[in-house]
Amino acid sequence: MTGKTLFEKIWETHIVDSPLQEAARRDALTESGELGDDNVAGERQDLLYIDLHLIHEVTSPQAFEGLRRAGRPLRRPDLTLATVDHNVPTIGRDQPNPDPLSAKQIDVMQQNAEKFGVTLFDIFDARQGIVHIIGPEQGFTQPGMTIVCGDSHTSTHGAFGAIAFGIGTSEVEHVLATQTLRQTRPKTMSVEVTGELGPGVTAKDVILAIINEIGVSGGRGHVIEYRGQVIRNFSMEERMTVCNMSIEAGARAGLIAPDEKTFEYIRGRPHAPSEDNWERSLERWRQLATDDDALFDRETSMDGSQIKPFVTWGTNPAQSVTVDGHIPHPQDVAVAEREATERALAYMDLAPGTPIREIPIDRVFIGSCTNGRIEDIRAAAAVVKGKHVARGVNAMVVPGSGLVKRQAEEEGLADIFIAAGFEWRDAGCSMCLGMNPDILAPGERSASTSNRNFEGRQGPGGRTHLVSPEMAAAAAVAGHFVDVREVIT
Amino acid sequence: MRQFSAVSGRAVPIDRENVDTDQIIPARHLKRIERDGYGPFAFEAWRRDPEFALNDNTYEGASIMLTRSNFGSGSSREHAVWALDGLGIEALVGVSFADIFKNNCFQNGMLTVELSGEDIDHLMDLARKDPQTEIVVDLPTQTVEVVGTGWKRSFEIDPFRKYRLLRGLDDISMTLEYVSDIEAYEHRRDNASFPSTAPSQQTNVRWRPTA
Repeated sequence: MTGKTLFEKIWETHIVDSPLQEAARRDALTESGELGDDNVAGERQDLLYIDLHLIHEVTSPQAFEGLRRAGRPLRRPDLTLATVDHNVPTIGRDQPNPDPLSAKQIDVMQQNAEKFGVTLFDIFDARQGIVHIIGPEQGFTQPGMTIVCGDSHTSTHGAFGAIAFGIGTSEVEHVLATQTLRQTRPKTMSVEVTGELGPGVTAKDVILAIINEIGVSGGRGHVIEYRGQVIRNFSMEERMTVCNMSIEAGARAGLIAPDEKTFEYIRGRPHAPSEDNWERSLERWRQLATDDDALFDRETSMDGSQIKPFVTWGTNPAQSVTVDGHIPHPQDVAVAEREATERALAYMDLAPGTPIREIPIDRVFIGSCTNGRIEDIRAAAAVVKGKHVARGVNAMVVPGSGLVKRQAEEEGLADIFIAAGFEWRDAGCSMCLGMNPDILAPGERSASTSNRNFEGRQGPGGRTHLVSPEMAAAAAVAGHFVDVREVIT
Repeated sequence: MRQFSAVSGRAVPIDRENVDTDQIIPARHLKRIERDGYGPFAFEAWRRDPEFALNDNTYEGASIMLTRSNFGSGSSREHAVWALDGLGIEALVGVSFADIFKNNCFQNGMLTVELSGEDIDHLMDLARKDPQTEIVVDLPTQTVEVVGTGWKRSFEIDPFRKYRLLRGLDDISMTLEYVSDIEAYEHRRDNASFPSTAPSQQTNVRWRPTA
């Protein structure tokens, strides 16, 4: 008998309704003629139990309104956690929010949390932060769980060997009401990264390399399991960076088999299993890894030793090149991509053939659910220590959570950034998505540790280059992109 | 969920690959707490580009949107579907759609139809040459037809999804019919070894914000 993948093991233990019952339902529909005579096999949909539902202020108000209108209760407030992150200011929180729409959305989150009995980490709670940073930080995110959130970067939690994916607001309402989701079972895809990374090459570069290789829709309909020596060697924070950007490859989710590193990370966190339950949890978690004889629907592999620091030049995360490269010539790319390349270069105001290292930058953003954890802040601080932000460059660090911020301050990292001329802000999504006042002005160019370089993502007319925290820090100091491998050696 | 059976109307061609949901509705317009009112901000940045089809008023009133591959990629924001709805779009016909976006469309009774690249080329050509071209998307027969030309293609859809769309069934009501299964699952789940977010388990940590 063929073994099972990590994904299959978690999915199958979370199916609520028996497939037999579902089949019977379909048969009944077919017999009554309601499905017509086209009863092809169809996609398999399962009703999945959800272990943790994370909610935030932007994608939940309409869902709560739906519950209220239908007079439905929230089924499991004790499996639901709320915070405010997308729309919160990262400065001046002791003052009234100058944006009335934004203030109202934050208020509504508070009212809904109170009314429905949901724990909320509000903006004056030290644990407030980006929803995908605080789940792991508090120990809520654990192996073998199903985790959803009305945010596509929910894939971050897959780093712990959990099935975690983003959903829309109607599905948020469905989870609030039923603690389940009806989902089509995705296919499985193995992405293996072998060998050892070179110095100065980070998890961010690995995921940018993967997206460059498979494309922005290469993972569509699939859940990716990241495997191989490079992934095994990664810390939990690096694994989160990789899983975070699974959606940028179009994948439904990304996950990594839990191992001793995972267990060590969770142990002792506020919501880790209690001592009484620890051994039992470990036993369950140790069964999760993909079996040796399991089969994936698709498999791909890349050599980690060949990966270099990446910089995106275009308007989707697959439009990238290594730091020693040049802006591509449209005539050199596949015919099907030529027009998109021309459009992207026009939007980015970049001339073909320009060396990446000659591109000047105006702004630097270090933060986001991709790279806003303590290790990211440490890595960036190590690059800027004793140096100063280049003249004319505005740089800021937005820690992923209040606790990351506090830890960075305790470690003296905040002082390094402040001395170097960086702004040191409060936690939130900030300039990753440009919802609060932290945005690029039209035409401004950023080196950003976030996850999306779409047109206007960081502000209308803004131009985003995605890079690692180390590359962003080095660019802040130089005023243009530099090869961080030359800075750190 | 809104019921969908068929739509007959003109089609606006969005001839770009990988259109992300940040283009369909930028983040700064996600501050509303309602499900409507997003139409005026749909594709905001591209509304100044004279080559963009939505800026050609001959497509005004189109109820079908023609798209390329990986339409709706990126953010999970359902506001993207609400924005398209605000434009009067009832069905999308394209090469492929991003997973979360496709689910969001389904939840709002907006049909997504996938056809081959050649078929989409053909439809886009027709819609460009004559914006008055009338297209019928019919769910019961699973066909897309160009009125008066004999051009007709079949599309695939999961029969259960089709059933739900045709009747406009509310997913939550349907799932609540399974409440005894949900209860049984909760009973057999090893609850003690999964984390709880209950307020009783929390210690509030207050702090002072950066001024």
